[in-house]
Amino acid sequence: MIEVHNVQKSFDGNQVLKGINCTFETGKCNLLLGGSGTGKSVLLQCIVGLMKPDIGSITFDGTVFTNNKVDIKQDIRRKIGMLFQGSALFDSMTVYENVEFPLKMLTSDMSKEERRDRVEFCLKRVGLENAGAKMPSEISGGMKKRVGIARAIAPNCTYLFCDEPNSGLDPLTSIKIDELIHEITHEYNITTVVVTHDMNSVIEIGDHIIFLYKGLKLWDGNKDEILNAQVPELKEFIFSSSLVRAAKKVDDETEGGLAAATTDEAINI
Amino acid sequence: MVKSFGEFLLFIQSMLFRKERFGVLWKRIVDECVIIGVDSIFIVAIVSAFIGAVTCVQIAYNLTNPLIPKSTIGYMVREMTILELAPTITSIVLAGKVGSSIAGGLGTMRITEQVSALEVMGINSASYLVLPRIIAAMFMFPLLVILAMALSIIGGYLAGSLTGAISAQEYIEGIRTDFIPYNILFALIKSVVFAFLVSAISSFKGFFTQGGALEVGAASTTAVNNSIIAILVADFALAAILL
Repeated sequence: MIEVHNVQKSFDGNQVLKGINCTFETGKCNLLLGGSGTGKSVLLQCIVGLMKPDIGSITFDGTVFTNNKVDIKQDIRRKIGMLFQGSALFDSMTVYENVEFPLKMLTSDMSKEERRDRVEFCLKRVGLENAGAKMPSEISGGMKKRVGIARAIAPNCTYLFCDEPNSGLDPLTSIKIDELIHEITHEYNITTVVVTHDMNSVIEIGDHIIFLYKGLKLWDGNKDEILNAQVPELKEFIFSSSLVRAAKKVDDETEGGLAAATTDEAINI
Repeated sequence: MVKSFGEFLLFIQSMLFRKERFGVLWKRIVDECVIIGVDSIFIVAIVSAFIGAVTCVQIAYNLTNPLIPKSTIGYMVREMTILELAPTITSIVLAGKVGSSIAGGLGTMRITEQVSALEVMGINSASYLVLPRIIAAMFMFPLLVILAMALSIIGGYLAGSLTGAISAQEYIEGIRTDFIPYNILFALIKSVVFAFLVSAISSFKGFFTQGGALEVGAASTTAVNNSIIAILVADFALAAILL
């Protein structure tokens, strides 16, 4: 579980995060939802340690991360896997080497054979068992995301962070990536935090959703509750999508909750 | 400027603090030696051979006094090559080739979040990415300078012989006149200092690139400009201190 306490962050006098308090639960896909410029990515970067909050603290399973000793921060960092918006694969390495990289750097007790087995397992888990020899420039955007996920889970991460995993992908590939993130979260019981503004992701994988608006947390709940949330800013955000409006209509007609109003049904309308 | 210099010092400090395992660094250093050193041999060879040749021909052109022996041409080519042309011109050429490559490479890694990926993994990105480049440069620059010295003198020999400006015997006699071994050491010290300046300044400019492709290009240009200025200032300082 990751707990965020009163995190504030400003850039040149512009306060981007205005005292965020939230909890990301273990074994769930926690979504940070919000429009562009609401502070989602800044909050994510504060959590993973790429930025330091001005005020506030972040704890990982009870251990304080912010302002702690370097060794303790290192221990936490080594449990973190992250999928970046642009995948951030090392372009001088093959797909196999990219996935092997954290194992080589972070584990000193693994033999070459053990590393090979782990890399092959991770690549197979994301459906890329035959792409190991390819360079990142030779694979598609969706495959890059999969490699990013494989690299993130290779060292048995406890916390998985995904920064807009669907950006630049077609809807079908987006759904596949979402499903993969969801499956991995439940399979390994890890704490997953996904930054997104994609309502499809909310419907597909939103076990726990936190809505940010102008640097403030305005709402949190799950995908079954979000369509009936009574926060005007959230309603405006989610119903800007015609797909969600259609899903809501099905939801009202079937009275089966959002689970009954699948994306497929919404598309059929 | 003072702020930038302070940030540069902090950057160098961060590289030395919490270093990666020696085995990891060693492999990276060897890789960088190939990129910085081996891949630069061709351009260094071409530049230094022609500079030696041109120096020989131009000295011969200016040396019209019949009282001055022609072997002076060889002597002057040697002195200019060892003391100034080989270490300084080679380092300026490498600032263009290696410096822009380092700044561009690191800048691209920064804007494509590859540096962030390293930091999230708990790897000291400055130590992993920059330290091997600086060590490799400090190891390879002196070797390239030695190569440049040899080729420059050979270039002068060939140019003098082929144009008839000086006979081979006179040129070799000049090369052997009043040789001071310390000058070689001085040139190598200069090359090590220049190597540090080029690699560290270029890494600093590339490592903190922000923005997109345009900023990566700008960082490369700034890295080369700053490296060349630093080389010239250090050149003067070292000459004043060590000679």
